[in-house]
Amino acid sequence: MDVFSKRKYLVIGLFSLTFVIIVLRLFYIQVLDSSYKISAASNVLRREVNYPARGVIYDRNGKLMVFNQAAYDVLITPREMKSFDTLAFCQIVGVEKEELVNEIIKAKNYSRFKPSPVIKQLSSQTYAVLQEQLFKYPGFYIQARTLRQYPTKIAAHVLGYVGEVDQKAIDANHYYENGDYIGRSGIERAYEDELKGVKGISYKMVDVHQMVKGSFELGRLDTAAVIGKNLISTLNADLQAYGERLLSGKVGSIVAIEPSTGEILILASSPTFDPGLFVGRERSKNYAKLLNDPNKPMLNRAITSSYPPGSTFKLANALIGLQDGVLQSVRYSCSGPGSTPIKCTHNHETPLGLASAIRESCNSFFWQAFRSEINHFSNSAEGLEAFRNSLLEMGLGKKIGGDLYAETSGSVPSVSYYDKIYGHGGWNSMTIRSLSIGQGELLVTPLQLSNLVSLIANRGYYIDPHLVRSIQNYDGTQDSLQFDKHTIMAGIENYEMIADGMEQVVEIGTARSSAKVDSVTICGKTGTIQNPHGEPHSAFVAFAPKINPKIAIAVYIENGVVGARYAAPIASLIIEKYIKGRISPSRQHFEDAMVNSDLISTMKIETGD
Amino acid sequence: MKANNNIWLNLDWATVLLYLSLVILGWINIYAAVYSEEHQSILDMGQKYGKQLIWIIAGIVLAIMVLFVDSKFYSAFAYHIYAVTIVLLISVLFVGKEINGARAWFEFGNIALQPAELGKFATNLALAKCISQYEFKLQKFRSYIVLLALTGLPALLIIMQNDTGSALVFAVFVFVFYREGLNGMVLFWGFAAAALFILSLVLDQFKLLLFLLTISVGAYGVLRQSLKETLIGYLGIIGIFGVIWLGNTILDLGGAPLELLVTTTGITAILVIIYGILKRIGEVWRILLFFIFAICISMSVNYFYKNVMAPHQRDRIDQVLGIKIDKLGKGYNVNQSKIAIGSGGFIGKGFLKGTQTKYNFVPEQSTDFIFCTVGEEWGFLGSTVVLGLFLLILTRIITLAERQRSQFSRVYGYGVACILFFHIAINISMTIGIAPVIGIPLPFFSYGGSSLWAFTILLFIFLRLDASRTENIR
Repeated sequence: MDVFSKRKYLVIGLFSLTFVIIVLRLFYIQVLDSSYKISAASNVLRREVNYPARGVIYDRNGKLMVFNQAAYDVLITPREMKSFDTLAFCQIVGVEKEELVNEIIKAKNYSRFKPSPVIKQLSSQTYAVLQEQLFKYPGFYIQARTLRQYPTKIAAHVLGYVGEVDQKAIDANHYYENGDYIGRSGIERAYEDELKGVKGISYKMVDVHQMVKGSFELGRLDTAAVIGKNLISTLNADLQAYGERLLSGKVGSIVAIEPSTGEILILASSPTFDPGLFVGRERSKNYAKLLNDPNKPMLNRAITSSYPPGSTFKLANALIGLQDGVLQSVRYSCSGPGSTPIKCTHNHETPLGLASAIRESCNSFFWQAFRSEINHFSNSAEGLEAFRNSLLEMGLGKKIGGDLYAETSGSVPSVSYYDKIYGHGGWNSMTIRSLSIGQGELLVTPLQLSNLVSLIANRGYYIDPHLVRSIQNYDGTQDSLQFDKHTIMAGIENYEMIADGMEQVVEIGTARSSAKVDSVTICGKTGTIQNPHGEPHSAFVAFAPKINPKIAIAVYIENGVVGARYAAPIASLIIEKYIKGRISPSRQHFEDAMVNSDLISTMKIETGD
Repeated sequence: MKANNNIWLNLDWATVLLYLSLVILGWINIYAAVYSEEHQSILDMGQKYGKQLIWIIAGIVLAIMVLFVDSKFYSAFAYHIYAVTIVLLISVLFVGKEINGARAWFEFGNIALQPAELGKFATNLALAKCISQYEFKLQKFRSYIVLLALTGLPALLIIMQNDTGSALVFAVFVFVFYREGLNGMVLFWGFAAAALFILSLVLDQFKLLLFLLTISVGAYGVLRQSLKETLIGYLGIIGIFGVIWLGNTILDLGGAPLELLVTTTGITAILVIIYGILKRIGEVWRILLFFIFAICISMSVNYFYKNVMAPHQRDRIDQVLGIKIDKLGKGYNVNQSKIAIGSGGFIGKGFLKGTQTKYNFVPEQSTDFIFCTVGEEWGFLGSTVVLGLFLLILTRIITLAERQRSQFSRVYGYGVACILFFHIAINISMTIGIAPVIGIPLPFFSYGGSSLWAFTILLFIFLRLDASRTENIR
C-alpha cells in the first residue's frame, strides 16, 4: 500500500458527484420540465387539413351556376428551403420575383418550421409543370384547393363570392383558420354553413425533413372531410341572363318573383361584372378595379339601394285606402296639370274612381285618398302611424328577404320624424302629402316593390322573397326551405279593383305603348321619380297573367326619364319571355332598344375576359 | 496451457459482464435510433445496427486476442506502441481522410480508423510505464515535464487534426497523476483555473473583480485562521470603496463603477503590502500571488476566447453557458437533443416508440447523441440505470486498479477509468446541455467500430493485467 491510496476516495467521489449532477439534470428536464414534451410534439406532429369541395349551386331548372375547379397553393417551410433558382421558379408559376421574395420573408416571420402559403390558386396547367420540377425546390409543397367557377357568368351579386377569412370571422367561429375560404357575400355568405362542408383534419408524424412517416395514434384523432351541400336556387338562369342583358348600359335593377312561392326568379343589378373576376391570381387586382369604379358595379342595387318609389307607390296607397274602407266607391276630381296642391301630369276624365286613377296615375286622386286615409283617424299622428304600420305589413320599410345578404330596409317616415321637422302637432296630412305619390322621404328597394306587386298578384299575401329553394342532401334528396307567409287582409274584391286598374295601365293607360304583350294580361304600374340630381328615374312594377299570376316584377332604371321609357319595356319583355318563351317579332324592337341603349356614357365598365 | 487457465480463472468476470451489457444496450439503442419500418431486422447488415453487431463480434474477438497476449508484453512494449502511435498521428495529418472537418481518419477500403482512439491507450500505457519506473518520483519538477510531454504530444497532434474534442480527453490523466502523488494543489489550481475560465466568460469585469476580492480576503482569513482579520479586510475594502465613490460623486469625476473598484483594489493592495511588511505576515504574499495569478488568468481567458478559439468552439461554449441562446442555429443540435431526452419523461416512450431520434430531429443520433435514444425511449429510469451501470464499471475498475501489485497495472487501470469517465461525463452532459458539444463518443454505446474497438482494447488490456495482478510488471 502506498501513501496515496486514500486518494482513490477522492477520485471515486468526484466521479460519483459528476454522475449525481447529471442525474439531477436529467430529472429536471425529463420529469419536472414539461416544455420538452410540447416541443417534441410540435416537432413531430403535422396537422394536415383536407379541404372539402364547396357545395355547388344550381338554378331552379337544374342548370349549374357555380361549381368547383381544382387549384393549387404553393406552401413553403422556410427551414427546409435551400437556395434555388428564383428566376426559373418565377417563370414556372408566373409571379414577379419581388412578390415571391416578399412572401417568403412573410412566411419566415410567421414560422421557420411550419408551412405557409406563398403563392395561391395556381391553375391545373401551371401545377402540372411545377409538379415535375418540384424536386428542385426543397421546402416547397403543393396543397390542393378548390376554386369557384361560374359557367354562366351571370348573377354575380346574387351568388356572391368567397374569399379568405379575416380575423373577425376566425374569432367569431373557431372552425375557421387562416387561409380558409368563406362566403363573403350573396348566397355564398347566406348559406355558408351549408356550402362549406367540414374540413378534414389528420395528424401525421413527420421526420425532420417533414416527410410523412405515418399517422398519429393510428389515426384515431383524424376526421374525414365532408363536402359541402349543393343548393338549388330559385333563380331562373335564362331569365336572369336575359334581364342582365336588357339592363346593359343602364344603372338599375330588376327583381322578379314567383308570387305564389316568394321565389326570386331574377335579381339583377346593373352595372354588373363577371363573378369569375373574384377567383384566381388576378383577384385582388380585379377587386380593386371594381371597387374604384365610379358606377359601383359591386353594389347590389336590387336590395342594397333604396329609392323613392314614385307613382308605383300609389298601389300601396290604394291598398291602404281600401283596407280603411275609404276608397271603395269614392270619386275625386282632378284639374289635370292645373291641379293644386299637386299637379297631375296629364288630362283625363274627372272626377274619377280608383281603377281609373291608377290607370291615369292621377296625383290629385291619390293625395285626396291619402288625406282621407289619414283623417280617417282622430288625428294626423294616429293616421300616419296606422298608414305606416300598413306599409310595414306590406313589406315596405323593413327587410323582407328570407335569405338575402346585405339587404337594406328602406325607410317609411314615422310620426316622430315629422314631429322633429314640424314640431308636435305642427303638421297634418297635407303637410306630408308628397308621401301619397311616393315622393319625399319614402325610400324602398326594388325588391320591396316587386314584393308589393307579388302581394297584389296573390290577392292578399306574400311569402318572404328568397333565393334558395332547397338544399340537396348527400343521398340526392332535397330539403325544401320554408319561408314565412304574411297575409294582408283587405278583401279579394279590393285587390281585384287594384288589379283592374293595373290592367288598364297596360291596356290603355300610361304603359299601353311600352308594356302591352299579345295574349298575356299584364297588370302594371309606371313610376317616374323626380330626381334633383339629374333626369328622373324610370320605374315599372307588374304582375302577369292577371289570373293565376306567374311572375311579379319591379324594374327601376336610374335616370330613365319616364317609367314607360325603359322600365316598362324591360319588365314586359321579361314577362313575355317568361310566359310565352319568346319575344314576338312586333316587340323585337323593344328588346333591341333596351339592349343597345346606353345611359352610362361617362364610364364603360370593363369586366374582363 | 497453464497460463491460459490462470487468465480465465483470474479474469474479472464482473467487469466483463458490465462491458457486455453496456455493449448490448448500446446495440439495441442504435437499432432504435435508426429503426425504420422497411428494415425491421436487427440483423440487417445493410443498416447501422447490423454493422454494429459485426463491430461487437469483432471487438469480442479482439478482446480475446488481447487476453491471450502475455501481460509483460504491454509494459515491455509500452514505449514502442506509444512511438508507433505518434508516427500514425503524424502521418494521418498528411495522408488522412477528412471527415466532418477533422483530418483524423485512415481509410482502408470501407473501413476508416482513427489513430486518435489508439492514442488514448498508447499514451496510457506509456504513462503507466513511465510512472512505474524505479527512479521516477512524481514530486520532481523534471517528472512534471516528462508527463506533460507524454500526454501533450499526442494531444497536440490531435488538435492539429482539428479534433479538439478528442484532445481534451488527455486532460483527464491529471487524476491519474493525482492518485500517484501529484501535489493536490495542482489539481486545486486546475479546478480554480477552470472555474475562473467560466466565471470570466459569464461575469462582467466588475463582478469578476468583486468576486476575486471576496475570495482572496476569505482565503486569507482561512489561511490565518482569523475571523477578525477577515472582517477588517471586508470592512476595509467596503470603506475604501465608499470613500472613493463619495469623492467621485461629490467632485463629479464621472468614474465608472469598474474604475472605482480598480482604484479600490489598488489602494487595498498597497495597504496590504505595507501591512504585510510591517507585521511580517507570509500569508499576505501568497494571497497577493493568488490574486495576481487569477487576474492574469481571467485576462488571458478573454484573449484566448476571442483570439485563439475557433468560432464554432466559442459558439458551443456560449450555448452551454447561456451567453447566447440560439435554438435554431448554433444551438439547434443540443436543443433537439434536450427535447428528445426531455420528452422521454419518467418511464420513457418505450422501445422503438421514440419519435425525435427516429425521425432524425436529433443529429448524429447513433453516434455522439446515442444517449438521446436512451433518454427518449427509456426515460429517467432507463437513463439512471445506464448511468448506474457506467458508474459501476468505473468504480469496479478503480477497485481492481487498487488491488494491483505492480504500479504499472494500477496506473494503467486508473487511466482506463479516467478516460472512460471523461467520455461518459462529457458525452452525456453535452446531450443535456451542460457541457459544450465536443464530439466524443459514449463508450460502448456509440455506433462505430473504431471507438468500440479502442475502448475494448483499452479495457481488456487492463483486465489482462489484472488477471496477472500477482506478478510484478514494470
